[in-house]
Amino acid sequence: MNNVKTWFLAALVLCPIAAQAKLNIVVTLPDCAALVREIVGDKATVTTLAQGAEDPHFVTPRPSYTRTLNQADLLVDGGAELEIGWLPPLVSGARNRDINRGGSGRVSAATGIRLLGVRTGPVDRSQGDVHAAGNPHFLLDPLRGKAVAQNLAKAVMRLDPKNASVYQQNLDAFVARLDQKLIEWHKTMTAHKGKAIVTYHSNFDYFAERYGLKVAGQLEPKPGLPPTPGHVRKLVPKAKAEKVRLVVVGSFRPTRLADFLSKQSGATTLSLPIMPTESGESKDYIGWIDRLVSEFDKALK
Amino acid sequence: MKTIYRITGLVFALCLAAGSLKAQEADKIQELQRQLQAMQKAFEEQQRAHQQQLQAMQAQIDALAGSTDKAAPKPAPSPTDVSSVTSTGSVTASAPSTASSPGTTTRLPGFKSWRPTDPLRISRGNASLDLGLTGTFTTGGSTADDIGELNPGGHDPNNRGFTVQGVEINLAGAVDPYFQGSANLNFALNRDGESFMEVEEAWLESTSLPANLQLRAGQIWSDFGRHNATHIHGWSFVDQPLAVSRLLGPDGMRNPGGRVSWLAPTPWFTELSFTVQNSGGVATSFRGGGHGHGDEAEEEVPMGFRHAENNRGVRRFSDMLVNPRLAMSYNLTDTQTILLGGSAAFGPNTSGEGGETDTQIYGADLTWRWQAKDHQRGFPFVQFQSEFMARKFEAGGFDWDEDANGGDGDGNGFVDEGILTDPGTGLPAVLAPETLSDYGVYSQLLYGFRPGWVAGMRFDYLFGKRGLYERRGLGLADNAGAIAPVGIDLERGNRFRVSPNLTWYPTEFSKVRLQYNYDDRDRIGIDHSLWLQMEMSLGAHSAHRF
Repeated sequence: MNNVKTWFLAALVLCPIAAQAKLNIVVTLPDCAALVREIVGDKATVTTLAQGAEDPHFVTPRPSYTRTLNQADLLVDGGAELEIGWLPPLVSGARNRDINRGGSGRVSAATGIRLLGVRTGPVDRSQGDVHAAGNPHFLLDPLRGKAVAQNLAKAVMRLDPKNASVYQQNLDAFVARLDQKLIEWHKTMTAHKGKAIVTYHSNFDYFAERYGLKVAGQLEPKPGLPPTPGHVRKLVPKAKAEKVRLVVVGSFRPTRLADFLSKQSGATTLSLPIMPTESGESKDYIGWIDRLVSEFDKALK
Repeated sequence: MKTIYRITGLVFALCLAAGSLKAQEADKIQELQRQLQAMQKAFEEQQRAHQQQLQAMQAQIDALAGSTDKAAPKPAPSPTDVSSVTSTGSVTASAPSTASSPGTTTRLPGFKSWRPTDPLRISRGNASLDLGLTGTFTTGGSTADDIGELNPGGHDPNNRGFTVQGVEINLAGAVDPYFQGSANLNFALNRDGESFMEVEEAWLESTSLPANLQLRAGQIWSDFGRHNATHIHGWSFVDQPLAVSRLLGPDGMRNPGGRVSWLAPTPWFTELSFTVQNSGGVATSFRGGGHGHGDEAEEEVPMGFRHAENNRGVRRFSDMLVNPRLAMSYNLTDTQTILLGGSAAFGPNTSGEGGETDTQIYGADLTWRWQAKDHQRGFPFVQFQSEFMARKFEAGGFDWDEDANGGDGDGNGFVDEGILTDPGTGLPAVLAPETLSDYGVYSQLLYGFRPGWVAGMRFDYLFGKRGLYERRGLGLADNAGAIAPVGIDLERGNRFRVSPNLTWYPTEFSKVRLQYNYDDRDRIGIDHSLWLQMEMSLGAHSAHRF
């Protein structure tokens, strides 16, 4: 009996140690997480803080995230200050030196990516490697997504050199699939170049830039403020003049005012996930962009 | 003999056969390898071709994008843009661009104009400081004439008319790779309209200690319960819960000190903290007894019916304010989170004239939050928070006959005015040491039913065990022989309050709140109050904790 007890206790002690052998990656948002999963496969554990359909600007800073961050070997954030409303106190309470800004276990998806809407003037030297605020929704552009995947792969390989060859293989396979799809998507969207759309918030700007769509305006009167009927009414003549075809809103947003604008200007409302979904065909990065492209294509025909 | 030869021959033949098979296999393998190599080569050729195609298309796309960019006019620089183009010593806070109305097409796609919730950052080279300013003001009135007693919190609405609850400046930043720092300076006006300034918080916190430890030192709040360590602009109600004001103090418990906290290796969030602070200052249940804003006039009858004249100073560790706390949090589901905590505070108090009088305060708190899975700006959500506190206050012995003259200092034959007297003997009261027990509880429920709108309801209840000193029928002498009975200790009388409210947040940086208070005070009666609160923040800390 004593032997059994000893083995049981030993197993209890050794289990967590064994579990820690895998690289522990924590990602703030589902779109970055989808890319990280492509690279690591099952060689690392990937935990996402914000959940699927949540508004990524306002994620509840649950105390359990402090615990999750404390255990992380690598923290991947979107960068471009999308998480500035909730992430900093969680990181400072996590007592994990490596995941602080500039630490060896911290990487921003926005590193090296050309952002839209970057202010002119001096770039703010805040706590290290983050760029000045620009539009943070850059993963809706699959070409930037490819560059981000390559950046993240480099970071992962640096922290886990043992599995670097596997990560490289996964990355190459992903890039190969993405390249194939890029050709397809380009072919599909060429037909819609120059068409005008209105978006709720500025999340689809990168997608629009990539495929030549013109963003004629936003339902929000100012970034972050909810749309008002007065402002949307003012958009109607503009939408008609620019021949706006679509009003695109994130799937977690209410569509009442979007539907109003669509009806008045002859456009269609399109409700799309701004992040990969928790299940279904848009669960991974390529599937998600594929869904966006096919929905846009269908609606713009 | 023959069998041996036959066997040898057989074996030899088998070996030959095996050998030739092996050779055949080797050939096959070589053939397959050659085929594989050829396939790989072909695949790589295809890859290269695809890459070239992609590059050509990308070049096309860029060329087209370049031409459309040139076509769109660049936005004119806004006249109110404060950010300078110099490379050193800049204040990078630009005012909202005047070209931000959606009617114009000159705005770059995705341009994010500066929002008031973005930190105001002062920086020179790589030294930077975040600056925020929050102003909280309230107007309203009450049926009570003694609003200062009705609202015992140091920053609660304090008169009929307008109250400046606080103008708070927050300065925060990274000191170096090892520490971050933050300071909160709070300006307010007391009941008489006099300005006072407090250093609410000013501390350094470590960012890279090993073993899941964290250190914070400076002017810090005690880690007691949930409400104590919150800023005015983080309150969900116009005023402070009664339990906090009475048991911890009008300003809560905050004093210079240090804290060590540890994140325990449990599968759920567990944090253990140990704080040591000065026991004087604003800690009214400890050596800071009697501190208040605008209440400088000595109260007629102090708490416990005895003056606080027993300041023994600090002679050993147990004369400090010691405050341990344990907090645990668990995600019940995807959308629900719960946090449970237990806190305690131990330290000396200055009650009475002598003896080793100490205070112990215990607290338990519960917070529960639900937020919709597909929330917008955090709405809809429901949050419940409740705290229970118990205080054991050792009141020291006190003899009201301080000058040993029978309480008759002016020699007119009657006990002087203001001396607590025993009607039975007609002499100044002699109070024996005893332990006073006080309890306080509050529960609040918040329902964010629409983006920017929160409805709230709070219940406060204070109660205590009547002490021996309250049951003796003691009264105040008036220097003419009459003794007016004091009754119960109003500093410890039972109280009940209900506060429904409605808050509107036009954006994350401003709010308007309407609150009604129904107060029921033992021996005093019922009062009604109505308050309208407004708050504005500039570049304030936009990230709040759970």
